[in-house]
Amino acid sequence: MPHVKAKRKSTWVDMTAMCDVAFLLLTFFMLTSNFTQKEPVQVSTPSSISEIKIPERNIMLVLIDPTGKVFFGVDGQENRMNILRKMGEIYNDNFSENELKEFSRINSFGIPIQKMHEFLALSSSDRDRKENLFGIPCDSTDNQFKSWVSVSRSVNNEYRIAIKADQSVGYSSIKNVMNTLQDLKELRYNLITSLETNPESVKL
Amino acid sequence: MAEVNVESKGKGGKKKGPKKMSTRVDFTPMVDLGFLLITFFMLTTTMIKPQTMEIAMPSKDKVSEEEQSKIKASRAITIILAKENRVFYYEGTRVNDVDPEVKLTNFSPDGIRKFLLSKNYDIMIQMRDLKAKKENRLISDADFEKQKQEILGGKTAPIVVIKPLDECNYKNLIDILDEMAICNIGKYAIVDVTDFDLELIKSLNT
Repeated sequence: MPHVKAKRKSTWVDMTAMCDVAFLLLTFFMLTSNFTQKEPVQVSTPSSISEIKIPERNIMLVLIDPTGKVFFGVDGQENRMNILRKMGEIYNDNFSENELKEFSRINSFGIPIQKMHEFLALSSSDRDRKENLFGIPCDSTDNQFKSWVSVSRSVNNEYRIAIKADQSVGYSSIKNVMNTLQDLKELRYNLITSLETNPESVKL
Repeated sequence: MAEVNVESKGKGGKKKGPKKMSTRVDFTPMVDLGFLLITFFMLTTTMIKPQTMEIAMPSKDKVSEEEQSKIKASRAITIILAKENRVFYYEGTRVNDVDPEVKLTNFSPDGIRKFLLSKNYDIMIQMRDLKAKKENRLISDADFEKQKQEILGGKTAPIVVIKPLDECNYKNLIDILDEMAICNIGKYAIVDVTDFDLELIKSLNT
């Protein structure tokens, strides 16, 4: 019987093609995506059938968490610095260059202006701790939220206001924010929602 | 890192001439790196932009009060949002000391939507025709928007006044704004609740 010799096959696999695919995907992801903005609180938005997309730039984001605390954030580092400087003038407070720089890196915050110095001195991970999430005062006695919005508007007139509120938040907190905006004659704004399919088959 | 295979010639091979080097490079580590980066990008980025709903609030100036009374009672529908997803609605207002009948409903398709659709029947039909025309490319987008505005702002269109109570939540508000969009209601406003409304729903809202 002839002895059949099993041919030894090389285990070498050509990885070039796989490498191509990997980098193609990588390029795709890098080009199509934008980074998630860090938000101090988790908010689950209600769903709606509206399909309007939010513009990418010039957004003034008002976050309202389930307990009704208000958080505020604008984009543009230069603008952020100018806004804090002006807020300091209004509340008779001075912020150093370092503090302004630190502030320009914060996406959104919920802190009364009186506590801003301590807040900026914290490390970025400490800022999101529960005891540091105060919310911006937004009631008739001390409406700092109003000042933030009007100062931001004066710094950049292009800002669009977007309200991102949790679906379980009570209407009274929303009403506070809406009334404040109405006082400032900010009558057009966006409410951020998640997508829901349109019941197109409405029976007539 | 890359391992370059040098093909060794057999012992009996000729030793003359330059050594032939294989140009084959092991790409495995590079693939690893590529996929690592992909994973990183997939986890840190958002692909979908959030949806938004555009809203225009009435101005707070003195006009609002007069404007409200100007609304023709026959066209006005008042919707009151209460706790536990309850919806109250009534048509018109008090006429000759007779209160309008308040009804209780909810956010289901058979609830407030059914009522709004029945009130807005003509406009729904017109909008459906208009949308069909747009889909068949009979009219341009600009024309569509223009005609849409005309239909929605028509003289017979109902005017909906939304009055959320403090007990209701944000989801209710978004839901009712959604119903406005679904039912093609062009004229609506979010207003604060009045004492008159509270009195009307007092017996029902327990």
